[in-house]
Amino acid sequence: MFLRTALLVLKKDVSVEVKSLEIVFTTLFFAISCVLIFSFALVGPDGEAIDKAMVPSAILWIAVAFAGVLGLGRAFERERYGETLKALLLAPAPRPAIYVGKLLGILLLLFMTELVLVPTIAFVFDAPLFDRVLLLAGLLVAGNIGFAAVGTLFAAMLVRSGSREIMLPILLYPITIPVLIAGVRGTSALLSADPSVPAATMWLSVLLSFDVVFVTLALWTFEPLMTE
Amino acid sequence: MLKRLALVLFLMTGVAAPVLAQQTPTTSQEKFVPIDQLPPEEKLPAAPFLISAYAIVWLIAMFYIWTVWQRVNKLETEFRALERRGHKDAAR
Amino acid sequence: MRKAFLPLLVLTGAMFAYAPVMIAGAPYESTMLLVQKIFYFHVPSWFAMFTGVFVAGLAGVWFLARTDERGDRVAVSASEIALMFGAMGLTSGPIWAKRAWGVAWQWDAKLTIALLLELIFVAYLLLRKYGGAGSEKLAAAVALFGMAVVPFVYYAVNIWRTIHPSNSVVPSLEPGMFGPFWFCVMTFMLFFLVLLALRVRVERLRTDLDELYRAEES
Repeated sequence: MFLRTALLVLKKDVSVEVKSLEIVFTTLFFAISCVLIFSFALVGPDGEAIDKAMVPSAILWIAVAFAGVLGLGRAFERERYGETLKALLLAPAPRPAIYVGKLLGILLLLFMTELVLVPTIAFVFDAPLFDRVLLLAGLLVAGNIGFAAVGTLFAAMLVRSGSREIMLPILLYPITIPVLIAGVRGTSALLSADPSVPAATMWLSVLLSFDVVFVTLALWTFEPLMTE
Repeated sequence: MLKRLALVLFLMTGVAAPVLAQQTPTTSQEKFVPIDQLPPEEKLPAAPFLISAYAIVWLIAMFYIWTVWQRVNKLETEFRALERRGHKDAAR
Repeated sequence: MRKAFLPLLVLTGAMFAYAPVMIAGAPYESTMLLVQKIFYFHVPSWFAMFTGVFVAGLAGVWFLARTDERGDRVAVSASEIALMFGAMGLTSGPIWAKRAWGVAWQWDAKLTIALLLELIFVAYLLLRKYGGAGSEKLAAAVALFGMAVVPFVYYAVNIWRTIHPSNSVVPSLEPGMFGPFWFCVMTFMLFFLVLLALRVRVERLRTDLDELYRAEES
């Protein structure tokens, strides 16, 4: 009886899924995006596995990426539940302002997460993350802005979509790969055996230019995207 | 249904192949060595590679054209169904 | 465009038929010999893929800026075709690399961008298929952002040395190789055009049919 019921439930799920294969494809692709993220963060330029010093920075940025996606999802879930996004759009406020407001909210969330995350990682991996706090903070802020700029736009658009939880990471991770690369390389430049400030500054400038370009693009596309 | 299965396989090979193939080279090649300077036992025969590369290009093209054809078929059946409904309504 | 389709198709077919003749007649490259001839299909397929990405991005912009349906149709068609050519490149590349350099894949700038673009456009298609109503606009934004991210990835990954043949391999081709190479480039570009025309037309039929359904239901 027990087994029969279990098998019937399985059969039901399979027969519904087989029609569109939606969950199969999206989950599969999400897994591949994760492989991509991990390989960019953890594999060195010549294909060899990274040295020990880079592990903390890779973990830090991957954690930020995952937390960011979850936070974005939740922040906009609220909008969907209260239908406040529609209300905001009806208000006679400039649309880009709504975008910037949401962006700042997400940034605040990420910042508070990192306040706890960075010391935790420094402690667990015994990594000298606090040697150049300003530069590290700069990298994190610039990286968060880039990540959140694209993420806020996508999450806002996905509010009405049914498969929003899985679509957001699928769309976001490939496009924010440069943020991940620059962030991980920049942070590990600070953590390696001989820390290199010029290298970290160079990666910081990459992040900043990414921010400029993508915030501009997002501001430009927010209005046409949100209109019906 | 078959098309979906083929699509899954296609996606998997097209996307996963480079990711999976990132293995450490079987020969201990530290840097780029032109093929004719390698000792003979480390060379692989060229012709199967060449042929398979071209064959894959063709197969991918054929597969895509086949998917377009399937879509056209689906459109046609839907169109016929719509037509029949239109005739039925007109007849009433 | 409709009148031009059939002649273009015939021309593309003829060029594809003649291409092996030209490729066989091309001189051998000194270090890689026979397997280098994969290059005559591999590189043109990348050209076609980047063209597709570019067209998709621009069409997306057109769709967003002018709310013109045609932009969306061209965007989705170009994305699919770009994916197809990208798959060709991503499969022929490792086959060539395995034979020529012993390693099938490397995380250098070009391969990374190629794989990344392929993934971005797979995500684009997944979004259109499973994203529910109104996902065309977001998809257009994804295509645009995908296009915009290329220079960043290129710069970020390119800091290290790479074993992928550098950009300057094209001007440094032996004279005998120019002919077949550019012939194949033209062939692939024509093929792209023909496929795009076909796919856009199918898309137009599909959207028209949707309109008919909606009109019938009301």
